[in-house]
This record gives sequence, structure tokens and C-alpha cells, in this order.
Amino acid sequence: MAEITLRGKFNKDNFVVEKLDNLINWARAGSPWYFQFGLACCAIEMMAASAPRHDLERFGVFPRATPRQADVMIVAGTVTIKMAERVKRLYEQMSDPKYVISMGSCANSGGPYWQHGYHVLKGVDLVVPVDVYVPGCPPRPEALIQGILELQRHIKTESTFGRNKNA
Amino acid sequence: MPEKTLIDSIKSIDDSIAYDDETKIFSIGEVDKWFEIATEIKNLNFDYLMCITSIDLENDQLALAYNLHSTETKKSIEFNLVFPKDAQIPSIESLWKTADWHEREAYDMMGIKFVNHPDMKRILLPHDWEGHPLRKNYVVADYYHGMYIPKDKTEWE
Amino acid sequence: MSKENLTDKSGINTEDMILNMGPQHPSTHGVLRLKIHTDGEVVSKIEPIIGYLHRCFEKHSENLPYEQVVPFTDRCDYLSSMHMSHGYSIAVEKLLDIELPERVEYIRVIVSELQRIASHAFFIGVFGLDVGAITPFTWVFRDRERIVDLFETLTGARLLYNYVWPGGVSHDLPDKFVSRTLEFLDYFEPQLIEIDELLTTNKIFIERTADIGVLDKDVAINYGVTGPSLRASGIEFDLRKNEPYSVYDKLDFDVPVGKGEMGTVGDCWDRYIVRFLEIKESIKILRQCFKLIPKGDVHAALPKKVRPRKGSVYSRFESSRGELGYYIISDGKNVPTRVKMRSPAFSNLSALAQVSEGWMISDVITILGSLDIVLGEIDR
Repeated sequence: MAEITLRGKFNKDNFVVEKLDNLINWARAGSPWYFQFGLACCAIEMMAASAPRHDLERFGVFPRATPRQADVMIVAGTVTIKMAERVKRLYEQMSDPKYVISMGSCANSGGPYWQHGYHVLKGVDLVVPVDVYVPGCPPRPEALIQGILELQRHIKTESTFGRNKNA
Repeated sequence: MPEKTLIDSIKSIDDSIAYDDETKIFSIGEVDKWFEIATEIKNLNFDYLMCITSIDLENDQLALAYNLHSTETKKSIEFNLVFPKDAQIPSIESLWKTADWHEREAYDMMGIKFVNHPDMKRILLPHDWEGHPLRKNYVVADYYHGMYIPKDKTEWE
Repeated sequence: MSKENLTDKSGINTEDMILNMGPQHPSTHGVLRLKIHTDGEVVSKIEPIIGYLHRCFEKHSENLPYEQVVPFTDRCDYLSSMHMSHGYSIAVEKLLDIELPERVEYIRVIVSELQRIASHAFFIGVFGLDVGAITPFTWVFRDRERIVDLFETLTGARLLYNYVWPGGVSHDLPDKFVSRTLEFLDYFEPQLIEIDELLTTNKIFIERTADIGVLDKDVAINYGVTGPSLRASGIEFDLRKNEPYSVYDKLDFDVPVGKGEMGTVGDCWDRYIVRFLEIKESIKILRQCFKLIPKGDVHAALPKKVRPRKGSVYSRFESSRGELGYYIISDGKNVPTRVKMRSPAFSNLSALAQVSEGWMISDVITILGSLDIVLGEIDR
């Protein structure tokens, strides 16, 4: 078991042989900087997740204000039809590789406003492709942390140089 | 709750003002004189306009409810206007600046047209939205700028 | 620094620039778009554009029974959700004409004041973040988590509670709630002194906020500004004292008013210090409530079917942002005909255009932060 971790491998010999894909995935998953796109109530839980008690920075996650410097876009809150065009534009301003976490029931599928909400977009996956869905109204910060860990697991299965290129 | 002298002084502004003792609401017969009546009410020290509500009465008529308050005497009154669907209401934005955004919202949601407003356009919905949502017979369109607006949950279930 | 010497006097012909502080911006508190016409760095005109979070609350309330509207009121102002449902319940009870047991009233006041402390503490943290101070934000969130823990033992949820129903509250206080809250209040009062030392008398904070964005009292009342922003302009206008509802007439507390200690009356520093002092008043109210609360049944007045009489009512409530009004029209059915929510932040934001003319762009962010708006309530 000690052979699998990096420290275990270094203890045996002073060099490590690894696939380039794994190295890149390890670097990308270790620091997913998120683009703070807090729209409504879920934004408060997103801020509480970066606050002292449920510290997100120990996972390498750090909020960035501009899409050009971010890897992950956390869509937290209700997306209305007036806002949907801006969501698409901001998604296109992020540079590859980029991921989207949809946080809260409003962003997943319209939430409590599905029935009579004429101005609510029923799910942000109608405009941007989503990788991880975090349910809840609002989801607890622990649920958001689990969503980010799920995203890290998803990033580690990617392959940039290998035969099956899934970007 | 207005007292007797206050009710009389408001009623003396114009003949068409009526006061209902049970609901304690003032109402006006013709909407064209609303701006002059509102100016007189402001002179009676009602300096704080609390809320403007737009109401859809189902028989082809719309209504507006104005709630006013005086910070000196701490009294509140309510005015109701009832009018047909395509009537034009004088705007009281020059008297109370609160009315600026409240009247824009009444236009956006209910389709009430105001005259003499400096910036009458939609405030909450996108500027090219069709229809006025809070009307009872409102039907939402199927597509807006290419985005599909589902009407019920049959897509999910 | 005053407004007059900020304009360019060199005589060169320049054009106005239109700057867009878009819907997504780290400093606007939510999805607000500001179209700023600037002459260099000085603002000549601001046009706020709202509606990016319009979630059709009024249309939902016309199709759902009275008790099912309560979770939707919570989600409008998500930082003071107890106040929103409390105000709605008071409005419906005026149409139902029922008498509430005293224990219910005391529980509602306890919960409202705790929510007011949480909302004002959040304001202090975020206002410090707007001005550039990051430490108060982390300290405030650590303390706010303890309030949220108390609410979680009471209702089961962290942010949107669905606790105050028309006719009562959903369930009684759990076993150790009173002792835990008193422990929290004993812990929180010294923390306020620490935050005070960090921000209130800090020279950089005073330079950023004193004398900036002065709101005159006549302009404030004309625009319909209420709440701490109005009290900072020198007017003592608090609905808990002017038209007391619930049991506020039995409680003893002061209403802090802005006095212009560091600059002019009605500047951003005054709006900050009024909210800071209101936290202390809320702690006073809470301690009194815990001594006076009687025993009783909280479900005694809850109606099985909420079916109010015909008529309309406009009821006012003092939320942490100002005067929250509900205009409810009922036709005697179990579904309301019209519910209009008069949100305080809607009128507070309309005063932004007048207050920030002539200041610099970074001052606009300070003024916007000091008005303490929540976009969910503005757009409903």
C-alpha cells in the first residue's frame, strides 16, 4: 500500500515513473480554481464553504473573480432567462480545460420555481454542459465539498495524450 | 386609521373622492384628475409613498392601490383607482420619487400605461418580452431567443 | 475630500465613457447591472438595471394555498428569511382575525432578533470586504456559523427555514435552546469589541467611508428609503417603536440614529455604525425575551384550513433592510388573489442614482455596499 503514494515510491528509490497523463491530471485536480458565479441563496452557502469552518482552500480551491483565470464555474442559484445569455458568454470566455458544477436545485432543473416560473430557466444544462450536479435547496457546504471531490475524481480519469481523447 | 378631520380634509379636495367606512379606503371616480389630487395630498404632509400595487379585476378592469404615510403625524391612508384596461394614468413621479420604479413595475407586470413618466420601460423582464405576466389570462410563449420554456413536468417524468 | 474639486478643470475637451459593471461582478451583491456614465474617474450618471433574478414570486403566490407560499417568501430575501415569513404571517393573520398565544409571539421575536444579528453581522463582513478588509469577513463568518447552528437545532435547515407559519410557528423550541443561545450571546459580545477595534476607528476605513455618499433626510423620504439607511440620515423611524406589532411594546430598547460623528450625518460610516449598534440592541432584546417568555402551547391557534375573510390588507414589518410591506387581497378562497411584496431594498436601490453623482467609481462600490441590498428581494 505504501507503494502507491508518491512518498512511498520515493522512499524506495529516488525516482518515480509515471504516465504524463496522470501527472497532468494530478496537477489539474489539485487546484481547481473556481469562478464565483453566485446568483441567489446558494451563493451564501458557497461563501460559507470558503469560510473558516468548512475551509475549501485545503482542497486547493480558491475563488477567482474573472473567467479568464478560472477552471471551474460553479453556477449557484437560479438562472433566469434574462441571465442565461450572459451565462453562456461567460462560459465561452473561460479557457480549456473547463468544468461546470451546477449547485442547488434551481440550477439543476428549475427548483421550486418549475411550475409557474415563466422567467426561470429550468436547469442550467439547457445552455452550458454540466459535469457535476449537487442537489439541495440550498445544499450544505459539505455537499458542495463532496461535489468538488467528485469533480476531482472525474478529472483524474481524463486523458490528454492517450488514445481515447475525452476532452 | 384616519380620523374624522383627516377624512373630511381629504374629501374636500375634490368632489369625486369617495370614502368607504368599512374598508377605510379612498377611491376616485375619474383618473384624469389624479395628479392634482395627489399634489393636494402631498401638501397635507403625506411625504412618504409606501407602495403602489397593480391589481387585475377580472371584468376587463384594472386597479391601482396607493399607500401613503405621513412621518410627522404617523397616519396612513390608502387610495384606490379603478379604470378600464387601456386607460392612461398620470404619473406622480415628480411628487414622490418612489413612484419612479414602482410605476415601471406596474407597467411591466400588468400593462398599465402611465403618462409623463421620464423613463417608461420594462424593469424586471427583458425589454423585448411579450405580454404582461400578472394578468390572469397570461399565457407564456414557447420560445424566447431560442431557449425552450417548458410548461409542465412531462419532460422529466 | 469633497465633491466639488473632483471634476477636471484643465479645459481639455473630453467625452463621457459608458462603463458596464455587468451582472456578474464580485463587488455587486448579486446579479445587478450598473451602467455608469463617467467623465474620467468621476461618475456623472448611474442607471441600475435589475431583473436578472426575477423568479415570479407573485405569480406563484396566486396559484398556491396560503400556507404553501411561506417557503417562497423565504427565498426572496435569503439573508433574513425569518423576517420575510414573519411579515407574511402577520399580514395573513390580520385577515384571519385570530388571537395568538403569548409564547408564540415571544418565540417569533427571539427568532427575528437572532436573524437580525446574523444579517447585520454578514453586512459588516461583506462591507469590510468591499472596502478592502478581508479579516473581519472571516471572523464574522465564524461567528455567524454559530447562529446558523442554533437555527439548525431549531428548524433543521441552515439558510431557508420555513418556520413561521400563519397562525403560529411550526414547532416548539427544543430542550437546550435557551441555554445554548445565552452561551452564544455571552461569547459574542466580546467578539464585537474585537471587530469594533478592527474597523470602526480604523483610519483607512474612515477615509474610505466618512463624508462619502451623503443622503439627506428629505431626499431619503422622497425616495422611500427605510430601515438603517434612513436612520443613519438622522430620522428616528423604526416600525418596532412607531407601530409596535407582536410583543415589542413590552420590551425596552433604543433606536440608534446616525449623528455624523466622523463626518456628515448620513454618510457611509453612519450607515455602518447604525447597523453595528443595532446588533447590541438586538442582544438586549434577546436577553429580555428569555426572562419573560411564558409556557404554553404553540399549536393552539394554527388553523386547519387557512381561509381568510374577503378584503385587502397592507401590513408593515421592520426587517433588517427596512420596511417590508405585504399587500394581500383575498376573495374568501384558500388561494390568495394578489400578494404584493413591497421590498425595502427596491426603494433603497432607487436612491443610488442620486447619491452617487459626482463621486469616483470606487466610491460607488462603497455606497452600494453601505445600502445593504439583496437582489433576491429586489427582483422577487
